Order: sequence, then C-alpha cells, then structure tokens
Amino acid sequence: MTMPAVSPHVPWTPTESRKRRHVLDLDDFSTQEITDILDSATSMKEILGRSVPQVPILRGRTVVNVFYEESTRTRMSFELAARTLSAQVMSMTAKGSSVEKGESLIDTIRTIQALGADIIVMRHGESGAPYLAAQHFKGSIINAGDGRHAHPSQALLDLFTIREQLGTLEGLRVTIVGDIVHSRVARSNIWGMLRCGMHVTLCGPSTLIGDVRTWQATFPTLKVHYTLDDLLPDTDVVMALRIQKERMQAGLLPALREYSTYFGLDEARLTRLPAHAIVMHPGPMNEGVEIMPEAATSPRSVIETQVTNGVAVRMALLYRLSGEAPAV
Amino acid sequence: MNERQIMTADEVRRAIARIAHEIGERNGGVGQVVLVGIYRRGIPLAKRIAAAISHIEGSTVAIGALDIALYRDDLELRGPSTHIQHTNIPVDITGKIVVLVDDVLYTGRTIRAALDALTDLGRPERIQLAVLVDRGHRELPIRADFVGKNVPTAISEDVAVRLNEVDGGDDAVMIHRGDA
Repeated sequence: MTMPAVSPHVPWTPTESRKRRHVLDLDDFSTQEITDILDSATSMKEILGRSVPQVPILRGRTVVNVFYEESTRTRMSFELAARTLSAQVMSMTAKGSSVEKGESLIDTIRTIQALGADIIVMRHGESGAPYLAAQHFKGSIINAGDGRHAHPSQALLDLFTIREQLGTLEGLRVTIVGDIVHSRVARSNIWGMLRCGMHVTLCGPSTLIGDVRTWQATFPTLKVHYTLDDLLPDTDVVMALRIQKERMQAGLLPALREYSTYFGLDEARLTRLPAHAIVMHPGPMNEGVEIMPEAATSPRSVIETQVTNGVAVRMALLYRLSGEAPAV
Repeated sequence: MNERQIMTADEVRRAIARIAHEIGERNGGVGQVVLVGIYRRGIPLAKRIAAAISHIEGSTVAIGALDIALYRDDLELRGPSTHIQHTNIPVDITGKIVVLVDDVLYTGRTIRAALDALTDLGRPERIQLAVLVDRGHRELPIRADFVGKNVPTAISEDVAVRLNEVDGGDDAVMIHRGDA
C-alpha cells in the first residue's frame, strides 16, 4: 500500500521519525510513520501467537508504568508488551505512592529516572501532564492518556484494527459517536485518521460535541452530524465512546435513556450499516447506554480484537523508542 | 569507481544449483529439510534453492522467512529498524533439518541472532547454514555448511549482493573498496 508522505487533510509539522523520542499525541506523526508502526505491529502480532511469546530485544531496558488514573486494559497492555520484548517492568499508581504525601509530578519523574527507567508510560488526569514530564526526563515518555487531551497508543491500535479488518485506511468513512468533547480517544483518533486519509464524522448530541467552528479551525475536513441513523448506511467504521454518568449530572444529557434511544448502538442500528462495516469501542463499555450487549458481541464487533491488537501496537511503539541507551 | 565484480549472474546461478545438490547429499534427500531465508536477500535465495531442489530431487521443500531484528545484540549502537518484517515459517520446525539461508556471511552475528530466533520457534533436529558468499572476519564461532563462494576481503571493503527479486536487474556480487 502506498500513501502520500503527508496527507493533505491536516497540516503536518515534520519530525525525523527515526529520531522520535516521545509519543505524546499523534499530531506530530506523518502518514509514513504511522504506516511504519502499523506494519511493525503486524509482525509483532505474530510473536504474540507463538507458544513462547517472548523476544529478547529490550533485555536490560526498564519500562515504568506511571498511572495517576485507574486503568485496566491500557496498563496491562503496556505491561504485556514490555514483557514480551523482555524489558523490566515496574508499575506505580498514584494511590499508595508518595504522590499521596504530596510528591510533585516532577519529583516523581526524577525519582523514576534515578532508578534507571528508559521509558515511562504515563497516564494522568490533567491534559498536558506528559509534556511536562518529558521536559524533566532523559528517556522517553509515552502518553497513555492525559485528561481530555490525547491517547495516542489507543488511536494507533484503532487504526491498526481498522486496517487489519478492512484492508486499508485511505478513503474509509468513520463515524465517531458519543462524548467527543471529553474524549482523548476521539481527539487522537481524529489526528491519526485524517492523516491517513480517512473521512471522519463526529456524531452525538451537540452538548457532547462542542463548538463546530473550533473543531473545524484545526481540522477543516472534519464533519459533524447530530443524528446517527441517516449516517450509518454511509459508514465503514462506527466507533462508540463511553458515556460517563457524570455528564448527566453536569446537565449535558437529560437522561441516559434518551441518549440510548437516539445514539445507542443496538441490533436495529447495526442492520443499517453496509455489510462490511465494523463496530469499535475503546472500552470500558457502559453496556446498555452507548452500546447494547447484542451489538458489542455481534459478528461486526471488533472490540475484543482491539484489545489484542493493542499489545502488538504498543510493542511496536516501545521498540521504536529504544534507540541508544539514554545517558543518565 | 572502486568496485569490482566477484560473481556474475551465471556464477550465482551455478552456486545456487551446487548448494541445492549439496543440501540433498548431506541430508540423504530433502524429506526433513525446511529452508529458512533471513530478511531480505536470504528469502529470494531460499526460494531459488528450493526451486533448484525440486528440479533435482523431484520433491518440494518448505520455505520460511525469518526477521532477526528483535534478536540483534547491537540495538544500542544502531537503534531500532524502521520496519520489523514478518517472520513466517509455515511448518513446525521441531524435529526438522532447518537450513538457514543468507546472502553474505561476515561477523556471524546475524546467524547468532537467527539461531536464537529459531530456537524460540521450536527444536530442530539440526540447523545448517547456506550462504552465497563467505567473506571471512568472523567474530563468533560460526561457520557455513554450504558456501557459494569464499571471498577473501579486507574489513574496509563492502560486499554487495544484488538479486533480481530485490534489486532489479541482473544478479551480481560486487566488492566496494572502502575509504578507511
């Protein structure tokens, strides 16, 4: 598959991809670099299928998971990816650490550096926290989710899954439905999808999409649509996002039932999709709200595949960041 | 240009035919043989040897592809590869005679990595090594079982194998004199 080096859809600030040090968002990834990572992830997936799923390449390297927010799949996925590449893995969660005694983010990063970490995988509730950490760490930072801002490894695994299932990315029509305005998954996916030449439509109640002009100031080709049913026949990939119950308390939604009625993915809505279309969800799901159990487990659903593919994609990222050992 | 040819397309063809004969002779037929090419040029070489074997022995041998990037010992020096290629060995190698195929045998480090990669995939009865060119300067106790051509070289020189499937044009093996 050949793609233009830079997609015309989003302006691109070039970085020398071989020299990439951090993965903070997808906004500084070229189409070529995304393609390289997805290609490598395909080969990484073969390793995961072996009877002894381990290769020695990162022996002697240390990956530290630093999670200020709870997470199941992302943390376990990064941990498994690092172990499969034979790296040492340490994990820190804010709960039970010196963070509770008031240790600052920068101090925590310096401490982890002094322990010999090569790569920090970081999740934080504040948008931008990994950027601050990157300024104080000599190794590499991978953003595993920061506030509402970005979740680049999730977006890459979504792109990988779409390409694996549908054979290509270029020209595919994606509908992202749900709580877009609070979603770091949506934001990173929009960068990646547009850069790979996909057509992206945001869908949901206007209170959960935010200001259209703001979106289109950054992403001129991004489309916004406030009804789902008429979009589905022209959708190749539908990605549902989690609806948090707190949004209702904040007055953004009148009722979860109302959201489900208009935007919840159920069997009837899936029949409106073209025969080849797939259903995605980054998890964790609120079954019965944004997606019904029968839709989540339907043959079109690739939700479990997304989880499996996440490990392969994260292996490709960890490997790519492992150049010369950092001079500590 | 500081370049001289050490094998022509015809010589490459004859070397491959000879290696194919020797693999059959050494192993009393090719019933248990699996050819595993190392990326990149080992793969077309393995395919050509397999074609020659099927011509000589009248039976087909399984072919696999091996990427050794994740088994290298010089990540610190050279950094990660842009692409990890797909390792694909379509048969269980346990109990088989695996013939690794590569274009140039030099320090032996690629083969060391390939041996580790193979043992992660199974326990072959025996592993043998076929190379088109052995240019010397081993850094590890490794030798080839089947050699197309032994070529004495200086460390400052560079051996380049050109194969039609990868490089286009006629097959050739060239030596470039380095400036060192």
